[in-house]
This record gives sequence, structure tokens and C-alpha cells, in this order.
Amino acid sequence: MSPHTDGPRVALRGLHKRFGRLEVLRGIDLEVQIGEVVCVIGPSGSGKSTMLRCVNRLEEPSDGVVEIDGEDITARGANIDAVRSRVGMVFQQFNLWPHMTVARNVALAPQRVKGMTKSAALALARERLAEVGLADKAEARPAQLSGGQQQRVAIARALAMDPEVMLFDEVTSALDPELVKEVLDVMRRLAGQGMTMIVVTHEMGFAREVADRVLFMDAGAIVEQGPPEQLFGSPQTERLKTFLGQVL
Amino acid sequence: MEDFSRLFLDLRIMGEAFGDLFREGLRNTLIVSVGAMALGLVGGLLLSLVTVSRRWWVRAPARVYIDLFRGLPAILTIVLVGIGLPSAGIRPFGRETWAYGILALGLVSTAYVAEIFRAGIQSVDKGQMEAARSVGMTYFSAMRLVVVPQGIRRVLPPLTNEFVALVKDSSLIFVLGLSVGERELFRVGQNVTQQYGNYSSLVLAGLFYVAITVPLAHLVNRMDRRLREGKRLAVHELPSVVGAVHL
Repeated sequence: MSPHTDGPRVALRGLHKRFGRLEVLRGIDLEVQIGEVVCVIGPSGSGKSTMLRCVNRLEEPSDGVVEIDGEDITARGANIDAVRSRVGMVFQQFNLWPHMTVARNVALAPQRVKGMTKSAALALARERLAEVGLADKAEARPAQLSGGQQQRVAIARALAMDPEVMLFDEVTSALDPELVKEVLDVMRRLAGQGMTMIVVTHEMGFAREVADRVLFMDAGAIVEQGPPEQLFGSPQTERLKTFLGQVL
Repeated sequence: MEDFSRLFLDLRIMGEAFGDLFREGLRNTLIVSVGAMALGLVGGLLLSLVTVSRRWWVRAPARVYIDLFRGLPAILTIVLVGIGLPSAGIRPFGRETWAYGILALGLVSTAYVAEIFRAGIQSVDKGQMEAARSVGMTYFSAMRLVVVPQGIRRVLPPLTNEFVALVKDSSLIFVLGLSVGERELFRVGQNVTQQYGNYSSLVLAGLFYVAITVPLAHLVNRMDRRLREGKRLAVHELPSVVGAVHL
């Protein structure tokens, strides 16, 4: 499954994205190593989410290459469904499926994509739900859960596919402040277990504490990057200084 | 007023027409309506999936179909299918006239149902599809398991309208010249009317239509309510909201 396990898990090379005449990504180069946690910060409209969505091609890059484990997933003939089954994603709006129970939400892809039996998939779902502290909510409907619980189910749903990398797209931005911590705790634990993660976030505290590397994006480009203590402690560019001045 | 009740409310003529209306007319109206509905549901669902394609050349033929069959008077479609096809040598149903009627009504209904389902499918947040694709599901499984089931639930009320209209439109197949035994409600009533020069049998036929459409509408409404309640089991927690919905 992994052609080059010693190379980077995710690599973006010369990535461009244009919506009509608007250039949202202006040449992104990024390598994320196995087990690395990369947090992406920057003002809204800087292209953070678009970059993340290019990693599993929910957004089609206009130009450039996306590699997962050395495999060019933007190549003609690449099996994008197979790639996506190895790349987990969690969304700002949870996007749970409201017409199914929580357990079915988590079990659906293992059953339909990996071909597990229904009972095996449901057993796996209960396991994953237990890991995010929601074993008792398996039979509930998403609408009966709080935002924080829903987001933890969404994380369990992505984890049920045993992904090689997890993408988090501003996953706490739609949550009430008191519900943010329970979601970040799950992510913190996941990082501790060695999961490769790309996290687009406004939670500077989380980035400072959990990230191996922080990227600052502005106007469709990576402006500055480095370990969190360097980026937050001694920002080099005016743009990052201004940004940090606004958010901290 | 006396003229009116003599022409439209003659109980003796109604009594005379009742047997044929009940045994022949009601039965055939139900067969034609249910048959056309089944065609419309299956055809409409498939066609709606085509209309939400991202490729214009996939959508285009579906748009043409919908514009055509929505634009033509149903009665003309019935004539084209029921008389046109056989006269062109295409006789899939032999001499079973009413079967051509079912096909014609099914083709018309397909166009309307497709538009109803399309509206439902497009009302589902695009994050639902993205979440399904992000775990590796194909476009078609995501549609089948995630998007379509949600879209269909939302359009049960407009779908009811289409079914009710279809039951009434089934009367139009009389233009095909139905033989005895094939007649639906309207045709039975019309025959008696021509026989006696009196409209009372048609009024009674009308009551039969109402007797079909009212329970049908209630049945769908009940399904609609059940699905909505199934979706949020925490009904007791939201009394004001639920109360407003179920006014």
C-alpha cells in the first residue's frame, strides 16, 4: 500500500489553485513526515482550508502535485476513492449523516468501502466510539448530541478507516467555547499516539503545545514555518507579527 | 336549482352507476394510477440523478426530456403513446389499450417526479457528500446511502401533490377508446351520462376520486411525520418547535 514508506507521508509540490481569476493557492511546497503534527495558521481567506482540501482532492488542484506516501494522487488514473480511504478528514461543520445512528455513521465506510461485514463494522464502530469517550452514544442520532460530541463522532468516523494521515479543517470553529476542550483533548491524544496530522486551526494554544511544526499562511502562500516556539516566540516576518498581534 | 339537482344529483342514476363504478371503474383507476406512480417513482429517481450530474452533456438529455413531458398536455402524450406508437408498428402491449395509458402517464410523471427529487437532492448540504467521499465512498454509494435518502424525505409533501394529480389524470386515458372492462372511473361515469343525458354518474365518479386521493394524502403525511420524528427522537425536549411543525 505504501510505495515509499521512508519518504514523506504527504507532499505538496508547486500546488496552485485558482477559482476563475482568483488565485487562492500560489505555489505551495510542503512535506509532512510520518508521525508529524503540522498546524496551519493564518488569517481567513489565506488558503489554509483550500490547501487542506487539495490533500484528498475534495478540491482539484489547478496545478502541481499531491503525493501520499510517494504516490501522485493527482495523476490521471489515480484511484481517488482508494486514496481517500487512507486519508481521514474532519470538517468544521461535523457533517455527520443525520438519518443514521452514531454507530452507523462510524460503521458505514468500513462496511461499504472496506467490505467488512455489518456486525464487524459495528463492533469496530463501538471500539472507535469508546476511544473518543462516546461508547454510550452508539444508538443515538447525531441531532441528539452536543456539538463537541458530534465532532468526536466525526473523528471516530474518520479513524474507523485506519487512516495514514488525518486532516482537521477548523474543527473547533463551530463549537461553543466550553465544548472546544473535549475535541482538542481527543486530537492531543491522537497526536501522542503518533498519528500524522495536518491541522488547520485558530487555536493557537493547541498549535503551540501539540504541533511539531507550525505553518503561517497568508494570501495563498506559506509565509513562515518552523517549530512552534520559534514561530510564536520570534516571528520573522511583519505579516506574522501583525497576525499574532491580532489573535493572541 | 331544481334543474341542477335533477341533472347532477339524481340518486336513482347514481345508484344505477354505482355497481360499474365500484367494480370496474375504481379497480381500473387504481391499477392505472398505481402503475403510473410506480413508473414515475423509478423513472423520476433515475432521471433526477442524471439532472444533478456535473457534466452538462449528461444533464442535457434529461433537461430535454423533462421540458418535453412537462410541456406537453398529458392528454396529447397519451394519444401519442396509445395511438401513435401502435400505428408506428410499436406494440409492446399488443391490444391492451390501458397499458399504453399507464406507460404514457408514467412518462409524464417521471418528468415531474424527477424535478421533485432533484430539488430534494440539491437541498442536502454538500458537506454530506464531502464527508462520504472523504472516507472513500464512490460518488454513487454516497448518493445512494447518504444524499438520496435524506433528499427524498424532504420532498414527501410535494410528492403527494404529484400522486394526487396522477390519480385524477388517469381519467385522461379515456381518449384511447377503452372497451368495456378497461374503463376507469371517469369513462364509466361518462358512459352513463351519455346514456341518460344526466351528469349524476359523473358526480358520483368524482366522489370516488376524492375517496382515493384524501386517504392517499393522509397516508403520505403520516409517513412524513413518522420520518421526521424518527429523525429527532428527543421530541419531548423540543415541544414548542415540534408543535409548530405539526400544526
